[in-house]
Amino acid sequence: MTKVKTLADLKKLREELQKKIHVRESGDHPESTVQVKVAMATCGIASGAKDVMVFLMEELEKRGIDSVVTQTGCMGYCYAEPTIEVTLPGHEPLVFGFVDKKKADEIIEKYIKNGELVDGIIPITYQSINENQEEGQQ
Amino acid sequence: MDKINLIIDHKPVQVEPGTSLLKAAQQVGINIPTLCYLHLEDLNIENKPGGCRICVVEVSGRRNLAPSCATVCQEGMVVKTNTMRVLNARRTVMELILSDHPFDCLICAKSGTCDLQKTAQDLGIREIHYKGEQSHYKEDRSPSIIRDMDKCILCRRCEMMCNKFQTVGALWGINRGFTSVVAPAFEQDLVKSTCTYCGQCVAVCPTGALTEVDNTNQIIRALANPKKTVIVQTAPAVRAALGEEFGMEPGSLVTGKMVSALKQLGFDYVFDTDFAADLTIMEEGTELLKRLTNYLNGNKEESLPILTSCCPAWVNFFEEYFPEMKDIPSTARSPQQMFGAIAKTYFADKIGVDRKDLIVASIMPCLAKKYECQREEFKTDGNPDVDYALSTRELAALIKQSNIDFLSLPDADFDKPMGESTGAAVIFGTTGGVIEAAVRTAYEVYTGKTLERISFEELRGMEGIRHATIDFNGLPINIGIAHGLGNARELLESIKAGTCNFHAIEIMACPGGCIGGGGQPLHHGKSGVITARQKAIYQEDLAKPIRKSHENPYIKELYTEFLGEPLSEKSHHLLHTHYFDRSKVKVVIPKTK
Amino acid sequence: MIKHKIHILVCGGTGCKSSNSDLLVSTLRNELIENGLDKEVQVVLTGCFGFCEQGPIVKVLPDNIFYVGVKPDDAHEIIAEHIIKGRKVQRLLYVDPKTKERIQDAKGMNFYKKQLRIALRNCGFIDPESIDESIARDGYAALAKVLTELTPAETVQIVKQSGLRGRGGGGFSTGLKWEITAKSQADQKYVVCNADEGDPGAFMDRSILEGDPHTVIEAMAINGYCTGADKGLVYIRAEYPLAIERLKIAIKQAREYGLLGQDIFGTGFNFDIDLRYGAGAFVCGEETALIHSMEGERGEPTFKPPFPSEEGYLGKPTNVNNVETYANIPPIILQGAEWFSSIGTEKSKGTKVFALAGKVNNVGLVEVPMGTTLREVIFEIGGGIKGNKKFKAVQTGGPSGGCLTEKHLDIPIDYDNLIACGSMMGSGGMIIVDEDDCMVSMAKYYLDFTVEESCGKCSPCRIGNKRLYEILETITKGKGTVEDLDRLRNLSEVIKDTSLCGLGQTSPNPVLSTLDNFLDEYEAHVKDHKCPAGQCRDLMTYWIEPENCVGCTACARVCPVSAISGERKEVHIIDAALCIKCGACLEKCKFNAVYVS
Repeated sequence: MTKVKTLADLKKLREELQKKIHVRESGDHPESTVQVKVAMATCGIASGAKDVMVFLMEELEKRGIDSVVTQTGCMGYCYAEPTIEVTLPGHEPLVFGFVDKKKADEIIEKYIKNGELVDGIIPITYQSINENQEEGQQ
Repeated sequence: MDKINLIIDHKPVQVEPGTSLLKAAQQVGINIPTLCYLHLEDLNIENKPGGCRICVVEVSGRRNLAPSCATVCQEGMVVKTNTMRVLNARRTVMELILSDHPFDCLICAKSGTCDLQKTAQDLGIREIHYKGEQSHYKEDRSPSIIRDMDKCILCRRCEMMCNKFQTVGALWGINRGFTSVVAPAFEQDLVKSTCTYCGQCVAVCPTGALTEVDNTNQIIRALANPKKTVIVQTAPAVRAALGEEFGMEPGSLVTGKMVSALKQLGFDYVFDTDFAADLTIMEEGTELLKRLTNYLNGNKEESLPILTSCCPAWVNFFEEYFPEMKDIPSTARSPQQMFGAIAKTYFADKIGVDRKDLIVASIMPCLAKKYECQREEFKTDGNPDVDYALSTRELAALIKQSNIDFLSLPDADFDKPMGESTGAAVIFGTTGGVIEAAVRTAYEVYTGKTLERISFEELRGMEGIRHATIDFNGLPINIGIAHGLGNARELLESIKAGTCNFHAIEIMACPGGCIGGGGQPLHHGKSGVITARQKAIYQEDLAKPIRKSHENPYIKELYTEFLGEPLSEKSHHLLHTHYFDRSKVKVVIPKTK
Repeated sequence: MIKHKIHILVCGGTGCKSSNSDLLVSTLRNELIENGLDKEVQVVLTGCFGFCEQGPIVKVLPDNIFYVGVKPDDAHEIIAEHIIKGRKVQRLLYVDPKTKERIQDAKGMNFYKKQLRIALRNCGFIDPESIDESIARDGYAALAKVLTELTPAETVQIVKQSGLRGRGGGGFSTGLKWEITAKSQADQKYVVCNADEGDPGAFMDRSILEGDPHTVIEAMAINGYCTGADKGLVYIRAEYPLAIERLKIAIKQAREYGLLGQDIFGTGFNFDIDLRYGAGAFVCGEETALIHSMEGERGEPTFKPPFPSEEGYLGKPTNVNNVETYANIPPIILQGAEWFSSIGTEKSKGTKVFALAGKVNNVGLVEVPMGTTLREVIFEIGGGIKGNKKFKAVQTGGPSGGCLTEKHLDIPIDYDNLIACGSMMGSGGMIIVDEDDCMVSMAKYYLDFTVEESCGKCSPCRIGNKRLYEILETITKGKGTVEDLDRLRNLSEVIKDTSLCGLGQTSPNPVLSTLDNFLDEYEAHVKDHKCPAGQCRDLMTYWIEPENCVGCTACARVCPVSAISGERKEVHIIDAALCIKCGACLEKCKFNAVYVS
């Protein structure tokens, strides 16, 4: 059994353990982290969204970016799947289409890290997306 | 430490640090009433639960009223004990207490001596504004004590005496809220509890909740029966306290008046338990010497110390709590029972009366004596050696009922032969007295020398546990003394642990010994009352022409005519007893802080 | 190390457990295994979310989706729809009682918007049976900090400066209490956690112990370091089996990790904790009574001074704090006194947990900054009054508190304001009363509780409360007089003024505050013999309106005491002397002929 003999032990242990519940921490404070939503309806999954999602999760963590990657239902842009929505803290959400691993890498490096816009933005505001989604489900 | 200055009812007061407001107020002539508080300073007995809330006072700067008994004086305090707010609170609380108390004052055993009644009078209660449901409990009659918990005001004094002082553990506060009551565990009757009938609960009860079993009517009936010869014995402590019942100062000796009164009541013979006390010394002292000699001769089967056995509550206590040690106490019966045994054999023969027609009454400072005289081993064919044991208070009641003006009575002498006694017998009434009386005789018997100094000051006092070493002509005899069963428990534990080097130990259950017995006039929490009685006892001893038991001529005559010698077969049969294991529950009494 | 991508938090507080959250958890886990998702999705049984009104609660993170009233049968749908397909199960989402909208995100819930969770920070967030999750949330970091960086005196100073006051009801400065215990000289000292929560309806301490037991253990150890005690005791009600179980697990884990026991963090500091069980006597929440109970004596209070800080358990200096108070300590140590004292009002710092109960939509546990108004708590967090009834009063402080009315709704809640209004903070019970509740009956209800729970030691509390109850009963029976109101007031004031402990000193508050705020209701009872709320059965009269009665005899047949007479097809009559006001006739009558007034 783990013995916490010193302060350093506790700090080390805490760092390890914090990773385990990081998903909860950031989920609880979405406003202060990068939020990535991957459309994971049948259309998305069929076009490889699952791979993209795993890639995003692993890479964002590897590159030390405080982020939450969640799945969401169909965003309504089936022609452009896989689609992802990225919300930087304090920014309006942006939706990117035709995201494969390569594109995802670019989005991370350029948009998420530096705020540079990249190709593939679907030019519709978050508001209307949200409303569409609501309507679609009712 | 510096003294504390404060102001109570506009009067400046200076007190020692740690003094309560109640005591500080008394210093300047302000008597704050209280029902639960009790402090016998000379005996180190204190009850301070802060429960009755009658003694509340106003302390400036405090939001609520403060109980003066439990509030310690602080520098600069400004205290008011009689403002409108205080008086209203005090009266309301009193009305509440009375609203849950039966209104049978006129026929209550405590009427006239009841602290609740007096306080209600002092507070001028004329109406109870808060009537409601009253608590009801079944009456509990034991051989000695009656519990009528309808009258209990939960002052918890009895509980303190029973647990903290006596460590008997028979009475506890049980239940919650309005149904709270002081009772034996599981609300059992006293007879099923660990009660020793010491009566200290009765001695401190401010109301009629705890009283003694009243035997006065049986006595009146017996006295009126021409077929019966009625004789009476009076314990040594009675004469030092009876006067208080008639308004005399504590410590007034009323031996002569008491004998007069008993004669006027119609007793055929007025005898003295002191006679039997001298007899006890002969038997117990001889037993002590025998066991001591055996022990000194290396007899492995002999164990010391020897413990006195005069006190019936003490006997009940070790039978209950230390049954494994029941072979250590002396086998000598108590003076009351020795008296009864001799009266119903030797004396009955002498006057030619059948024991069935001879009624032996005893006047005792004690309630456990009521139980003791009913023990099976003290009966012959169902006829008890002592028929009725009355308390000092019951004797006073008898005297009052019989229209006797006690104060104007002339002195009278006890009858012969069983009214003759020595100074050694008189001091049986106080802690340290029995062992001093035993030493006076044992010394002379053991050494063959005459005592130069009869008074053994080293054995006297009020300390709970005392010890002294008496030089028996080169042989140091270690003596231990305890009064109060809590102190007795401490000594017994040390015997059990093998850390005790006493040869003989005297134990009395009540504070101060029999003078502070449960059957004595109520001390109402006044310090010094019991100490004053002790003084009176030693004063009576000094005044006696004979002060050693073995020199009592009638005791000598008894042995010549009847018993033969101490520890003879006849003595064994009539004057000795054996003890039983009566342990009911093994209760561990928590050590008080 | 397995890192789960999605966490499903299921409430495992006593409330949700009773509604089968255990089975829900196992069903969820089975579903995950069947779908091969158990490596990606973790199901965590947590402590209470506070939203007890609609348990069992399930929260999915990182999506932050809040499902309510989830049954084991719903597990399949949650996994199949939400986890696999990423579609929220709409029908399980919480519906806002005002807007009737389904709330898509937990952040959008009014219930949580105004809350600030310090004491409850981990409740509903971590698995209380895992010390690892506690450590991940800074568990024992505060203990480490004080042991390695601060002296006991410095630590006490932080607690003192934070302005934290006892959350058990008294509101005494926690730092000052610690300081007194620390300064008392003795060979042995004790740290006691008072977990004898007894206010009707209050369960914040239970929730903290069930949801975050390690924080209490840590805080007690910190106190041990500050005061010089190496022994801690948790006095907990035996009726809290789950809290006891979780506390035991937590203590065991802390020992295994070396966070309790000898030489903690290699600093030479020793501390360990034992449990003591209370038998559920309300008065044992009073610290001296609690201590006597732990000593094996009758659970009744003794006069203070001496305070437990000077002479407590077994006569030794003892620091007694309540669970919620302790739960505030680690964040104060880690984030500083200034941070804590920046929250709240001038004299009441930090937050307070309240147990919302009664006629309010969102029954549950809420933690708000001191200074939040009653209106915010009841109408925003609590979602307003049930059934669109009219708010009448709120009882704060349980049986020791008083009722507050419409006019008090905008007063910032803190210790002193509540006392000024004739109530008190107490341990944080908050019972909301609507127009259908009779205030005399409510006072009577609380007195009934006090009469039951008085220890019986002091006369005013033992007898006085009983008499108060009797007078209230007379009034609710319609037999009261105007003089009774004077007697109620005088008696209440004397009981407050003369009782031995906090129980008696506050027990008349429900009477006094209802007398102050609802005198008209009392007067209606004693003058007009009417109960305006229509709750006092003895003051009701049932009668039959002859116009409407068709003589069907249904009422007569249903009457259990044969109080209704009348021939078939003729008007029936209720004999008021026989009537027991059971209401059966009213229910039975199809013709609206039975009236009650």
